[in-house]
Amino acid sequence: MYNLKDLANTVLSSAEIREQFPVLGISVNGRPLVYLDNGATSQKPKCVIDSLAKYYNEQNANIHRGVHTLSQEATSLFESTRSSLKRFLNAEHEHEIIFTSGTTQGINLVAHSFGKAFINKGDEVIISALEHHSNIVPWQMMCEDKGAVLRVIPMNNAGELDLSVLASMLSNKTKIIAITHVSNALGTINPVEEIIALAKQYKIPVLIDGAQAVQHQQVDVRKLDCDFYVFSAHKMFGPTGVGVLYGKEKWLNAMPPYMGGGDMIKTVTFEKTEYNELPHKFEAGTPNIADVIAFGESIRFMEEIGFDTIRIREEELLQYATQKLSEIDGLRIFGTAAKKTGVISFNIEGLHPYDVGTILDQLGIAVRTGHHCTQPIMDYYRIPGTVRASFAFYNTMEEVDVLSAGIKKAIKMLKR
Amino acid sequence: MSIKDKESEIVEEFAMFEDWDGKYEYLIDLGKDLPAISAEYKTDDYKIKGCQSQVWLHAELIGGRVRFTADSDAIITKGIIALLVRVFDDETPDAIAEADLQFINEIGLAQHLSPTRSNGLLSMIKQMKMYAIAFKVQNT
Repeated sequence: MYNLKDLANTVLSSAEIREQFPVLGISVNGRPLVYLDNGATSQKPKCVIDSLAKYYNEQNANIHRGVHTLSQEATSLFESTRSSLKRFLNAEHEHEIIFTSGTTQGINLVAHSFGKAFINKGDEVIISALEHHSNIVPWQMMCEDKGAVLRVIPMNNAGELDLSVLASMLSNKTKIIAITHVSNALGTINPVEEIIALAKQYKIPVLIDGAQAVQHQQVDVRKLDCDFYVFSAHKMFGPTGVGVLYGKEKWLNAMPPYMGGGDMIKTVTFEKTEYNELPHKFEAGTPNIADVIAFGESIRFMEEIGFDTIRIREEELLQYATQKLSEIDGLRIFGTAAKKTGVISFNIEGLHPYDVGTILDQLGIAVRTGHHCTQPIMDYYRIPGTVRASFAFYNTMEEVDVLSAGIKKAIKMLKR
Repeated sequence: MSIKDKESEIVEEFAMFEDWDGKYEYLIDLGKDLPAISAEYKTDDYKIKGCQSQVWLHAELIGGRVRFTADSDAIITKGIIALLVRVFDDETPDAIAEADLQFINEIGLAQHLSPTRSNGLLSMIKQMKMYAIAFKVQNT
């Protein structure tokens, strides 16, 4: 077995890297699949898929309870993913890693439990104009419940946030700031370091939605000094149905549980329940054991490839794709921030994104079309949606060429 | 011409195209040729909720037959509506309500029928049949 890191460093776009991802070899509508919808979900390497099969073939047992060997082994595999994540994020404690079903649940958990403990009538919660609906709606629900006010950091035409406005929004009424690290619709990398530094001046906790960031860059939660960081496994080459909520111990201890059930209790009588300690307090019920274990494999896989390689590959792809697509007549790119991940959101003048996406699909090119669960961004630009191509390190320059040719073909067909 | 006959006619037309681009170009042309919907019906009241492309549909009963007009902001969706309007327009409420459309499968556009597709083709058919049923009830 070759060393993936060496491989990645020597032949970046090699067939060997792509061979690790079985689905990249399939055909769609009679053409080789060109998968450019990594922002929605990434593909899975063999090691992750094998881990899932191995778990159900050889290791399946419920965890944290059984006295028997199989249960203890499953528990130890499950917990080893937690320990990998502690290292991956540079968290201080393993119990600061809470397994969730995904980013959405992580944000709902914090909005609910933090809100319950710390937010009162007239308090303020700050989000940004770049948020995914899942970092808007849970806060709206909580604010409505509590009589709190939701405030929004505005963006400019390039898709960048205006931090001077944020500075003027902060006060002792502000109870939490929830902000995306990277915009899913536009690719903007937000200056979360500066936002956190500003918030610290008022001792305001900050939640970072890292769903579109953790697969592209090294995240160090201690260096960032964020209070919460949430993300999903399935966008980082891991299985669906698993996510992580990182929270600082002091907050997680001070917050009430989100769900009640098994595993999250110490003692239960009909009069009173004493809650279990972290992380179990927030992990009621049998968790997604198989997928958490397989998630550990995707972390290992990413660490072997390395963020240097990932960054170099994705930057090259973004640069090349931006240049190629900008050459197409009538194509407008939405989101032109100075700092971006490998995302190009675009429209063709006079064409509906749905039509463009449908033709691209016929050509075997998978892109996302629509509002990308960010209707406020689409409203800002006064458009119904965009076509979004989002890259992963396994994409190639040749695929960018196929995309570019595909868009030209779509224009030709749709503008006849 | 009955709904079944119109379906057969569409299937024959699409059979002339060997590859997907011919089919889609034909669909796009049909979309472009779809008679415009009156501006008064291009409002939220007549909109069929779809995720990505907007679709407006209006129906009225004239001489016992349902007359449909429709529009969309996406041209492929509009082409699909044009086919549906062609099949259902000027038919009796009974015939529309009872119709079991087969042509979409047969012309290789079945992928647009999946409920996860956000063009709302299924919703369009449902809405057209709802109108037919409503007219039926009104008449009895």
